[in-house]
Amino acid sequence: MIIEIGHFSLILALILALVQSVVPVIGAARRDNAMMAVAPAAALGQMLFITISFGALSHAYLTSDFSVLNVFENSHSLKPLLYKFSGLWGNHEGSMLLWVLILAIFGGAVAAFGGNLPKTLKANVLGVQGWVSVAFLLFILLTSNPFLRIADNPPLEGRDLNPVLQDPGLAIHPPLLYLGYVGFSISFAFAIAALLEGRIDAAWARWVRPWALAAWIFLTAGIAMGSYWAYYELGWGGFWFWDPVENASLMPWLAGTALLHSALVMEKRNALKIWTILLAILAFSLSLLGTFLVRSGVLTSVHAFASDPTRGVFILGILCVFIGGGLSLFAWRASTLQQGGLFAPVSRESALVMNNIFLTVSAAVILFGTMAPLLASAMGGAISVGAPYFNTVFGPLFGAMLVIMPFGPLLAWKRGDLRAAAQRLWAVLGLAILASLVSWWLTHGGPVMAMVGIGVAFWVLIGSFAELWTRARFLEVGVATGFRRLSGLPRSVFGTAVGHAGLGLSLLGIVATTSFQSETITEMKPGDTAKVGGYEVTFNGMTNQAGPNYTEMAANMTVRENGVEVFDLKPSKRMFTARQMPTTEAGIKTHGFSQLYITLGDPGQGADSVVVRMWDKPLVTLIWLGALVMMAGGMLSLSDRRLRVGAPKPARLTTAAGSSS
Amino acid sequence: MRKWIAIASLVLSLTPAFAVDPSERLADPALEDRARHLSEQLRCLVCQNQNIDSSDAQLAKDLRLLVRERIGHGDSDQQVLDFLVARYGDFVLLKPRFEGTGAVLWVLPPVLLLLGAAGALWAMRRRRQVAGAGDVALSETEKTALERLLKDGENVSRD
Repeated sequence: MIIEIGHFSLILALILALVQSVVPVIGAARRDNAMMAVAPAAALGQMLFITISFGALSHAYLTSDFSVLNVFENSHSLKPLLYKFSGLWGNHEGSMLLWVLILAIFGGAVAAFGGNLPKTLKANVLGVQGWVSVAFLLFILLTSNPFLRIADNPPLEGRDLNPVLQDPGLAIHPPLLYLGYVGFSISFAFAIAALLEGRIDAAWARWVRPWALAAWIFLTAGIAMGSYWAYYELGWGGFWFWDPVENASLMPWLAGTALLHSALVMEKRNALKIWTILLAILAFSLSLLGTFLVRSGVLTSVHAFASDPTRGVFILGILCVFIGGGLSLFAWRASTLQQGGLFAPVSRESALVMNNIFLTVSAAVILFGTMAPLLASAMGGAISVGAPYFNTVFGPLFGAMLVIMPFGPLLAWKRGDLRAAAQRLWAVLGLAILASLVSWWLTHGGPVMAMVGIGVAFWVLIGSFAELWTRARFLEVGVATGFRRLSGLPRSVFGTAVGHAGLGLSLLGIVATTSFQSETITEMKPGDTAKVGGYEVTFNGMTNQAGPNYTEMAANMTVRENGVEVFDLKPSKRMFTARQMPTTEAGIKTHGFSQLYITLGDPGQGADSVVVRMWDKPLVTLIWLGALVMMAGGMLSLSDRRLRVGAPKPARLTTAAGSSS
Repeated sequence: MRKWIAIASLVLSLTPAFAVDPSERLADPALEDRARHLSEQLRCLVCQNQNIDSSDAQLAKDLRLLVRERIGHGDSDQQVLDFLVARYGDFVLLKPRFEGTGAVLWVLPPVLLLLGAAGALWAMRRRRQVAGAGDVALSETEKTALERLLKDGENVSRD
């Protein structure tokens, strides 16, 4: 019964979405207040019904109702409670339901907190949100319905969730990614609404930037989380594989990062309007592409796509309508938008334009690299595009961008002084070279490229704070006054510094791990000791143990440093009973910012012996800590008074606040 | 021919394996390093986007052994890659060659960067021309008045 209520609610939500996508847009065109007022009501109603629907499916998962096909295929009664719940979005149908739930919540947020938006803009934005909603609800109801029952003889036990997905990582990773993807639907809706109205001003950017920033923070979290999850779960010790599925999330991130920066120019200087609109469309288009590339399986196997033609055709339809439609509307209406402020070739605006060029080119290169194997196979060839290609191309591309990054915040708006900026960065350059030399000495002469990488990482890391240093003028006005000056700066300045520094930290982690990790792969029998990095690892023997829905073989390892016992590790292999699928659980110990990482391979040649892979990965945690720092930067920026969600205050209040401060 | 029989018998005698196995390794560390490096550039043909170095598929193991065998016969890195491409096609290379779609992949990044830079410059110049067309030059008196104002401005605190 509950599951039918969920199904029915979803249909009601579709009807409301249809109303929301038509009535307010007509209302905005006719300046009809009553018709425009439909939008918030419909959006909130939609949110309510989709929440009910999601609740109904959650109930079926939590109570292990195997008469529901989706639950039967992805759950098991012995599964821990957390995975029973997260299993809901560990499959195609359920994840689509999560997607529309987040979409509806964001739509509801615009409806509830958008009181200070111009009426027509709000109606149009919610209308466009309605279009997205209709497309996805139709897709779910017609091709991917999670509420189907098994009519005869419902089974007593489910097929269990893919063991790799039974991890706290899965509980968090997809929702974070979707919050990011769907967050960009708001910027998209604002962009389309601006094109429909043919009008765009700084207030528009003030609204779009916090949404884009929030979406970006979630997406950053989702990508970093996914990377760490792959790192500890897959047992290869890698953190980024340039897998199509990963690329699918990196593309909207790059476009979204570009959007953040260009929206900044638009808000502060009223320039780059048309470009910002285009980026808003692109960021969401890539989010859609990302969602579907992962979900359709088109990239991993063309056959998976063809085996369910209705789904495939539907997906293509949605992509064509939103990407093609959005870009066509852009081509048609962009010229009606008024151009904004001018700027000199050397200025902060220009620096941000360069940033945008690098980021969008990166996104385009990933897009082409990810799709090239498909294109080649369509033309009868077969090529692979993998990590070696992407690393070769992205090294220089990102390297160049990072080298110019610290200059940006030091240049003035409109017309900057490159020489003055360079003078301020001399000290940073000196420190970066020093750091690079110190690491060369510490590693007893590592490869040149690694030294360059370390240098660039420190250049970015220290250079990020150059603007704060310059603005505080510690050397001229003294420490106390300097700090007073700093405390008077808007939070977004700190956000920029922290965000950029986070990128430097991640880079440092990447360079250190890839260049200086020590690896030992060896066969061990109980009692054997092997060396990795500065550690001696002793294999004491195996223990067998049983988990709730798996059996486990764990190796007991004692780790010593200079003969002194420092910690134990228990890497293991699990066999999941329902699917008879093995997984490896790495034994990981964090020391400082580095990690010792041990996984078990196959049984060795001798009795009781096993192949063991061990890595000591210097500074590896910085890769993800850097992402956390980037997010903190984003949040600082988001908490800036000017940008708080729903920030634009009536002009009267803003002037009053401005004159009193 | 003898070589093939040797490989085949070696392959058949092995049980399913997991990534690089200690028993596969070459005795000479320099050669082994080259083998590892090459393995990272070769696709495990039956896997999803995995190189043969990290894959636990049987085929990946066969290829790892094949790479080491070629290296042992004195092949250069390029010869090993050529040998594998001749056998399995371009699909085996994770870093495509400069041919066909692969050529586009290599040309695209610099071309896009140049196009982006050219586009930005063009847009900037055009905007300045459009905006500049409406401007009227300042008269001499206006210029001196402006300079005086700017000088006054500099004496006041620049905060």
